[in-house]
Amino acid sequence: MSSNTSNPKLSDANIDVHVKGRPWAATLILTGGVAALMLGMALSISLGAAEIDLESVWEAVFFFNPSVTEHQIIQELRMPRVLGGAMVGACFAVSGAIMQGMTRNPLADSGLLGLNAGAGFVIAVCFAFFPGLPYMYLILLSFAGAALGALLVYGISSMSRGGLTPVRLVLAGAALSALLSALSEGIALYFRIGQDLAFWYAGGTAGIHWNHLKIMLPWIAAAILGAIALSRSVTMLSLGDDVARGLGQRTGLVKLGGTVIVLVLAGAAVSVAGAVGFVGLLIPHVTRKLVGVDYRLIIPCSAVLGSLLVVIADLAARMVNPPYETPVGAIIALIGVPFFLYLARKERREL
Amino acid sequence: MEAVTTAIQARRSRKRKIITLSVLGGLIVLVFLISMNTGVMRLTPVEVITTLFGGGTDKQNLVLFDFRLPRIVISLLIGAGLAVSGCVMQGISRNALADPGILGINAGAGLMVMLFISLFPTTTAAPVYLLPVLALVGACLTAALICVLAYKKNQGFKPTGLLLTGIAVAAGISAAMIVLTLRLSPEKYQFVAVWLAGSIWGSSWKFVLALLPWILVLLPFVMYKAQVMNVLNLGESMATGLGASVTREQLKLLAAAVGLAASCVAVSGGIGFVGLIAPHLARRLVGAKHQMLLPATALTGALLVLTADTLSRSVIQPSEIPTGIVVAVIGAPYFLYLLSRTRA
Repeated sequence: MSSNTSNPKLSDANIDVHVKGRPWAATLILTGGVAALMLGMALSISLGAAEIDLESVWEAVFFFNPSVTEHQIIQELRMPRVLGGAMVGACFAVSGAIMQGMTRNPLADSGLLGLNAGAGFVIAVCFAFFPGLPYMYLILLSFAGAALGALLVYGISSMSRGGLTPVRLVLAGAALSALLSALSEGIALYFRIGQDLAFWYAGGTAGIHWNHLKIMLPWIAAAILGAIALSRSVTMLSLGDDVARGLGQRTGLVKLGGTVIVLVLAGAAVSVAGAVGFVGLLIPHVTRKLVGVDYRLIIPCSAVLGSLLVVIADLAARMVNPPYETPVGAIIALIGVPFFLYLARKERREL
Repeated sequence: MEAVTTAIQARRSRKRKIITLSVLGGLIVLVFLISMNTGVMRLTPVEVITTLFGGGTDKQNLVLFDFRLPRIVISLLIGAGLAVSGCVMQGISRNALADPGILGINAGAGLMVMLFISLFPTTTAAPVYLLPVLALVGACLTAALICVLAYKKNQGFKPTGLLLTGIAVAAGISAAMIVLTLRLSPEKYQFVAVWLAGSIWGSSWKFVLALLPWILVLLPFVMYKAQVMNVLNLGESMATGLGASVTREQLKLLAAAVGLAASCVAVSGGIGFVGLIAPHLARRLVGAKHQMLLPATALTGALLVLTADTLSRSVIQPSEIPTGIVVAVIGAPYFLYLLSRTRA
């Protein structure tokens, strides 16, 4: 297990003084990142199979005229897609950050809680037994699957003797994910729907509509606010259960809250975009590298950087081989892997 | 099963551990016998025994010696190999989530298989004996790449760095595979999917002979290093303090783990789960000392894969549900049960 070499000075003193945070870096990321995100979203709306200049983008957003085709394209296709991409990125990144902080395992991400496997399993069942189900139902069912996976993982690990420990949570998550993926793989092979399933699973933002955003947005907003509210407690948990308890944290409650937030964020994201893996693992590491180990800075910065990554990757996915789409998950890996390799060399067990 | 459970609950004395090992061994023999009797061609136990001692008809000889036995032996070998490889990985990285797959071994082998399948016009015409060789090469190359990327002068391997590098490289390879996947014809896709899910498809004595040297050399080597692994488990600074040359030992053990996993994956496809779960199962049965843990892991892995393969040949036949899937379906619930019964 990743036994953190936590600074012994931390155990009694006021945590705010000793946890290394870099507020200036965080401010820079938040302002610069949001500006870059805006630019990226504008570009992403304007570029594509039909090129539309930025002026029309501006007009379509603020002075919408339904009789102009370009405005229609922007309003109906590109805007929900781009906004959805940004949302999904923030969701995966924040949920990954919370998972890594809570479990103190640098390999943890939202997929480990059984979410991706649960969603994938339900989608496999749908494809096999109810082909042609409307997209909207698929999304809702996939969310239900994610919830089921997380509930099982959390239930099994907390009902056991000795109570809920990070190790147990992570192990139960890995085992249950393996079980659910095996079942969906079995179904996929038996019904020969593997390729369809792979396409869904590879992740994509092409199918996102305003409807989905409307349903998801309140949940996601609430969950991200919750994450920010919980961030101080996550910082303490990341120092170890004993330290956190010593500092007056009710660790069980924090973990429950954290799990619910991860569930909502990752569940929503997986259900609209498939398992855009790697964002949840990569972005928290990048953010920790940039702003230090204070989760009050990590969580908002992760949200911005996650959005940025997915928006850029989505743009690239459309530009690489037009008019065909390259799976966005593949593009993210292409962008993310070199970064991650660099980080892995530098990694100093900061969690 | 009852004996196993009580063994956990009671104090883990040496005697009990040895009983646990014997129970595991006994179960393997039992499943071995059952496995010889099951399959598409029915043979009664008596027929199996007479055939074993040279009294069978040509057809019985063919079924038992050319089809069933090599497959059983391969199941046992890859079960033990993958499990021990996972145990070593978890031991030297001190991360509970480490398994052979994390070193990119499955991904590297998978990519080679995928490339091979995409380049050859039909799966049936492809020279099948080339496939394990390519998979082995892919697995070793990937593992070597990861080690080179993670190695730092004067510092050796940082376990976290190694794992993260592995994840990154595996993610890159998986991305390449996704892109290739979408271009494959459905028929070729099915072949690759079955391979990736982990099917023991190389089931003749040739594959046993190809696999056996790796297992025979590397398994005893790892067992011999059990004490070193106990020391490494204490953490880097502690191990150095106790006089272990950490980097060199890590490198040796890592090479052994890679060799075991790569050779196994080459004939078994991506049966990834054994490497993750068998060490945890064994740890919950006999504790964390590697002298007991390593043999227990090998036995658990072998039992798991043999049982899964027997099931996939009998209960759900005739279908192409790969062994890897059955391993997860029977292994995961048992692991979750043990997880909830024992203290961390």
